[in-house]
Amino acid sequence: MHAHNPYLPEVATVQEIIRETHNICTLRVVLNDPEKMKNFQFIPGQVGQLSVFGVGESTFVINSPPTRMDFLQFSVMRVGEVTQRIHLLNGGDQVGVRAPLGNGFPLEDLKGRDILFVGGGIGMAPLRTLLLFMLDNRQDYGDITVIYGARSPLDLCYSYEFQEWRSGGANLVLTVDAEHPQWQERVGFVPTILREESPSPHNRVALVCGPPIMIKFVLFGLKELGFEDDQIISTLEKRMKCGVGICGRCNMGSKYVCLDGPVFTCTQLREMVPEL
Amino acid sequence: MLRPGRVKNSDVSEDESMSGKAFIPQDKLAQALERLKEKIPVWVPVSQGADLWGVEFKPFMPGMEPVMDRQSTALPKEVIFPQVQTLMTFQYVKDPENPAQVELKLEEARGAEEVLVFGARPCDVRGFFTFDRVFMDGPFVDNYYKERREKTLFAVLVCEEGDDACFCSSVGSGPADKAGSDLWITPVEGGYVVEGLSERGEPYVQLLGEPPSEEQVAAALKIQEEASRRKVGDLDPSGAVQGQKDRFEDREFWKSMVNQCLSCGVCTYVCPTCYCFNITDEMRHSHGERMRSWDSCMFAGYTHEASGHNPRPTKRERYRNRVGHKFSYFPEKYDGMIACCGCGRCIRSCPVSIDIRKVVENLKEKADARA
Repeated sequence: MHAHNPYLPEVATVQEIIRETHNICTLRVVLNDPEKMKNFQFIPGQVGQLSVFGVGESTFVINSPPTRMDFLQFSVMRVGEVTQRIHLLNGGDQVGVRAPLGNGFPLEDLKGRDILFVGGGIGMAPLRTLLLFMLDNRQDYGDITVIYGARSPLDLCYSYEFQEWRSGGANLVLTVDAEHPQWQERVGFVPTILREESPSPHNRVALVCGPPIMIKFVLFGLKELGFEDDQIISTLEKRMKCGVGICGRCNMGSKYVCLDGPVFTCTQLREMVPEL
Repeated sequence: MLRPGRVKNSDVSEDESMSGKAFIPQDKLAQALERLKEKIPVWVPVSQGADLWGVEFKPFMPGMEPVMDRQSTALPKEVIFPQVQTLMTFQYVKDPENPAQVELKLEEARGAEEVLVFGARPCDVRGFFTFDRVFMDGPFVDNYYKERREKTLFAVLVCEEGDDACFCSSVGSGPADKAGSDLWITPVEGGYVVEGLSERGEPYVQLLGEPPSEEQVAAALKIQEEASRRKVGDLDPSGAVQGQKDRFEDREFWKSMVNQCLSCGVCTYVCPTCYCFNITDEMRHSHGERMRSWDSCMFAGYTHEASGHNPRPTKRERYRNRVGHKFSYFPEKYDGMIACCGCGRCIRSCPVSIDIRKVVENLKEKADARA
């Protein structure tokens, strides 16, 4: 049971903002209370509520792994009121952070397995947390294959660290929807590239995040490859306010995405009401 | 876990002694409330205007005439769960040492005073049991709610004036349901017999009037017994959990149930078990507040995501969620507890007369058909 006020954010200072693409930026923040920053613990896949006081709060995955605690990182796509304002923040600005919230990826179940990440667009954000965590504990995992796609090379986030992912032991497959000058990697939609790569489902877990249409066809692809429902894990997004299972809007039947999720296996999703 | 206002419940002794009881003559009700108000702020059901039918709970002021002979239109939900509530205040302050730096000062807005709600009905109180599970049973505890809940006392009226929209007995309550009450008010000839039900309620009894006569006590007992025998409503919600699953993707069913819905949201605002809220910031110059306000799952914007996607895009999905939440999802999550107190306000207040009982009954039909 959490005794503190679950609505009260920790005040944090923006350390740095990285412009990832024309509509995505990555925010690095440090909690103002050094003790709280030092003792901050979380599981990859858990989320946080980021506030710009006076504008509001929105939910984002904690995008940096617990193995790298110099700052907490959030990748934010500019779509609404709060994210618009987040994109205007500068280093030194004060924001609020309520984190960690939600369940996170089932780390114990992933140990000793081969891993397949399938990410599309901003959907790479939660996968990156886990990917870096795995690269920092590389001996705990078998093959790590990452299929990451975006509309164009200019829409790929984290391009400055692809080299690090590769040298850290990930088999990184990058793809964009259409040919682009100087693009050396793959071309094609993510589900197509998945079929071309056809990673073996044996002892493997697939972690999928991206736009709904991509997820839909990736799931078909994974089925064809022989993945079972409990070998497929996704992380959901819903409109959220409280983030602690009280305010009522992110439910799917009796489950709350903010509390019981956002990470669910395909088996769990099939047991829930189809209200994505 | 401590349940505020939780009472000795059904095992309240029917003590024949007249200590712990008071009689308030009808024409002395206002004076009794004035005495009470000296000790504790009191909320009472009052008419919104001489020629207006609606009744809502307001802080009692001398001169007010409580309306005790019919259920209030709006319920006393806002005593514990205000329609708009400040959660915290914030201020941007320039750092005097470093004028290029702006600091943020954040302060929790907390604090609640003891309040007594006089003249609520059993269903009004019952609604808070739904809230209690969500706001106080964790994993996260909402202290804004908890503080107010623990400081609020309820003087509840044995309910004699149900109408055709009432169905409290169908959802585990009834017109003489004492659960959650601190004082028990029984209307008798010429006034009210009041008795204490909880330790916190007892001390206020003697403030309200002289001890009742034997006849008045006997009359009150008779009314209480009659009320406890009365079965209000004949809805059987037992098949709803399965029915919701069976009917979930039956678009035609949901369409036929809510075709006329205007998405006005009144069913949620008058509902004693509806607790959904929004959190927003308001700011002026360099300071502002973060507040929560009642929201409604009947509104399109409720689940509308910034991307444009909406998992509940039409009133069909939204109403499906409302019914599901009360009769299926809530029982699934909270040991079979139905998130409905049977007050009938959603039926009574609906401008197009949608009847939630009919929807639940029809859900069940499908479940029965399966069996």
